[in-house]
Amino acid sequence: MKADTPVERLVNGIIKENPTFVLVLGMCPTLAVTTSAINGIGMGLTTTAILALSNLMISMLRNFIPDKVRIPAYIVVVASFVTIVQFLLEAYIPSLYASLGIYIPLIVVNCIILGRAEAYASKHKPVASLFDGIGMGLGFTLSITCIGAIRELIGAGQIFGFQLLPLADAANGVAGYEPITIFVLAPGAFFVLSALAAIQNKFKLGAAKRHIDPSEGCRCGEGCSACGNTACSGKKGDKA
Amino acid sequence: MNEMYNVSSNPHVRDKMSTNRLMQLVVIALLPATVFGIWNFGIHALLVVVVTVAASVFFEWLYDHFMHKSNTITDFSAVVTGLLLALNMPPEIPLWMPVLGSAFAIIVVKQLFGGLGQNFMNPALAARCFLLISFAGSMTDFSVAKGAHAVVDSVSGATPLAAMKEYGGLGDIHVSQMFIGNIQGTIGETSVIAILIGAVILLAFKVINLRIPLMYIGTFTVFVCIYMVASGMGFDWNYLAAHLCGGGLMLGAWFMATDYVTSPITQKGQLVFGFVLGILTAIFRLFGGSAEGVSYAIIISNLLVPLIEKVTLPTAFGKGGKKNEK
Repeated sequence: MKADTPVERLVNGIIKENPTFVLVLGMCPTLAVTTSAINGIGMGLTTTAILALSNLMISMLRNFIPDKVRIPAYIVVVASFVTIVQFLLEAYIPSLYASLGIYIPLIVVNCIILGRAEAYASKHKPVASLFDGIGMGLGFTLSITCIGAIRELIGAGQIFGFQLLPLADAANGVAGYEPITIFVLAPGAFFVLSALAAIQNKFKLGAAKRHIDPSEGCRCGEGCSACGNTACSGKKGDKA
Repeated sequence: MNEMYNVSSNPHVRDKMSTNRLMQLVVIALLPATVFGIWNFGIHALLVVVVTVAASVFFEWLYDHFMHKSNTITDFSAVVTGLLLALNMPPEIPLWMPVLGSAFAIIVVKQLFGGLGQNFMNPALAARCFLLISFAGSMTDFSVAKGAHAVVDSVSGATPLAAMKEYGGLGDIHVSQMFIGNIQGTIGETSVIAILIGAVILLAFKVINLRIPLMYIGTFTVFVCIYMVASGMGFDWNYLAAHLCGGGLMLGAWFMATDYVTSPITQKGQLVFGFVLGILTAIFRLFGGSAEGVSYAIIISNLLVPLIEKVTLPTAFGKGGKKNEK
């Protein structure tokens, strides 16, 4: 696939360099707000909007921002968008605004956004950067919605607020699902995140071992640290 | 020169004790408490013990099988984990809960971190806390079946510790009953005397030493005494004895805090470990939201073990001391 085309950027963000499971960025919202699938999708889409807009803006400004003050400049851009989105959420989706709480302003310091601004948008053209932001954002949304859905299902027997598994009611002698409450609490986030990361690593490593000869070297061009192919894990010894 | 010498690297002094013999001894030492619990609570307690132990061994085998590792069920450590977990269960718990707990203890806490010797906290207690957080209702429901020997407190229907927490007194339970153990509680924790018999077995075979349990119980006693005096209730033997005999303190101090893997290896470290345990347990029990705090105290202290070992590492011979100044 040709590099830096919109489709390639989307695939890269959602699958190849999935920010949650491959880059392991943005762990704070991933662990904290994924108590339900709705929260996950809300947080993910909010982040996607900000990520796409800030990537676009930073890419357009990339020739004007002096190198020495680039991080403060990025923060200013991101913070402006976060403020706009925060007010919009408060006005139009107050329930989501209430349940995400402090994690909306904290999007300003989300590693994915700063990471993409620094690693991609500051070096590439606006259109490619916009799609990079959308791809990364959708990858993030997909992962945290998955985590949220699994936690919600095991911890409360629901998905998207819909009672999928009827709950047991011991007082009335009704048999049913007994929710494992720990999954909607903090430890559950770690359990689900690590299990999902392990499962997708298992498939990726299997695929990598079948198809890629480690001696061929890195294919993803951004150095071994950004590459999902852990089978070669820096054996080529290039800019890792 | 007909004698053959066996040339090998150190260690040269060896003991006949092996992992599975050690684990068998722990199982034997736990038997008095187990048997008493089954007598005390009836047939369902026996089912819980059998199912939990079987499930632990099964999950150990399952993990080894699917991860293509050598089979480790013969070292008896899974039996010990399962038995300890079972002794920490309320007698009338639905059977699938301890099975889930066994899976968590063996697969998540023990095997994912590298198996026996690598687990960073006591698997049985971690599983108990997992279940306690998940199913708070079932895990704190200490009602007993009809025909069981346990005396039910007619005033509160709660464990002695919970009764003290809520009503400030023991109700119609006497401390001597708490010592013998025909009271409500988890399957293995009620009988102090059965646990002490087990502890004597462990001490006699030098499986454990006195440092951690005595320091733990001693610190706890001192803290409770200070609390009694400071809070103005005056010194009350019954209160102190109930705190010592009630809940999981004895089971925890003799069998779970002394777990080799999750306790410090240095002698000074073991004293520090016991001290931290005593303080934490007392704080959780006296000031915390729930009546019991032994399991949380032990797993939190387990996390401190690497730090404790680091600061209490003895100086190697020839190292340390003041340097000669010119």
